[in-house]
Amino acid sequence: MENIKLHYDVIKDDFSCAGEASGKIKKTLKGLGLDSALVRNVAIAVYEGEINMVIHAEGGCIDAEISPDTITVVLKDVGPGIKDVQLAMQEGYSTAPENVRALGFGAGMGLPNIKKYSDEMNIETEVGVGTTITLKFNI
Amino acid sequence: MKTVKDICLAGNMKILCEGDSFEREVTGCYCGDLLSWVMSRAQSGDAWLTVMGNVNAVGVAALADTACIILTENAAFDDVAKMRAEQNGITVLQTEKNTYETAVLINGEINS
Repeated sequence: MENIKLHYDVIKDDFSCAGEASGKIKKTLKGLGLDSALVRNVAIAVYEGEINMVIHAEGGCIDAEISPDTITVVLKDVGPGIKDVQLAMQEGYSTAPENVRALGFGAGMGLPNIKKYSDEMNIETEVGVGTTITLKFNI
Repeated sequence: MKTVKDICLAGNMKILCEGDSFEREVTGCYCGDLLSWVMSRAQSGDAWLTVMGNVNAVGVAALADTACIILTENAAFDDVAKMRAEQNGITVLQTEKNTYETAVLINGEINS
């Protein structure tokens, strides 16, 4: 079977479309008949990454590749980068502005949830350049 | 077994969007308004009680696979959110009761 590849663009501050990429990825995985717990894990992790991109980044894109034994998701944004990754990984730490918190975001659970729900997580970030998060999920 | 419809009738709730999940079984209940927190902790099949009636709440319900959203204390549900709920088949109910009272009602229903 050839690997399935999906690509979505994510736009800064576009809260009305936030969640579309993760929703479509979830739909694709469900359509492939994958285990519902795995599908939920992927959907949650990707949604958190997508929302982080909408809130904090200057936009970016999400690429997913589904092979027979692994789902790989790469979330790549174009800045501004994470100043302190260790701090950002702490549950409850958030730099989300007040207007975003009013929408229900800013719980400080974004990166911790991504780590929790993926089998592998790698963050590459450079302030002023951007962040790339690579996630792997075992099927 | 209690369905979303059963909970709706028992609580005399208003149907803001009748999705595919209207006849779905409710297996538990989760209360919360912080979306990431809810997404991480709500279980598939839960009735989700919140005052967040925006499009992002609908997204969270779809991804976390909750049985429905129940907006407590008549919390508002905006038009964009309604459109997204219709697209995703998410059932959204509204009640004048507060979150505690609604949770107690649901607990009584699913354990009866």
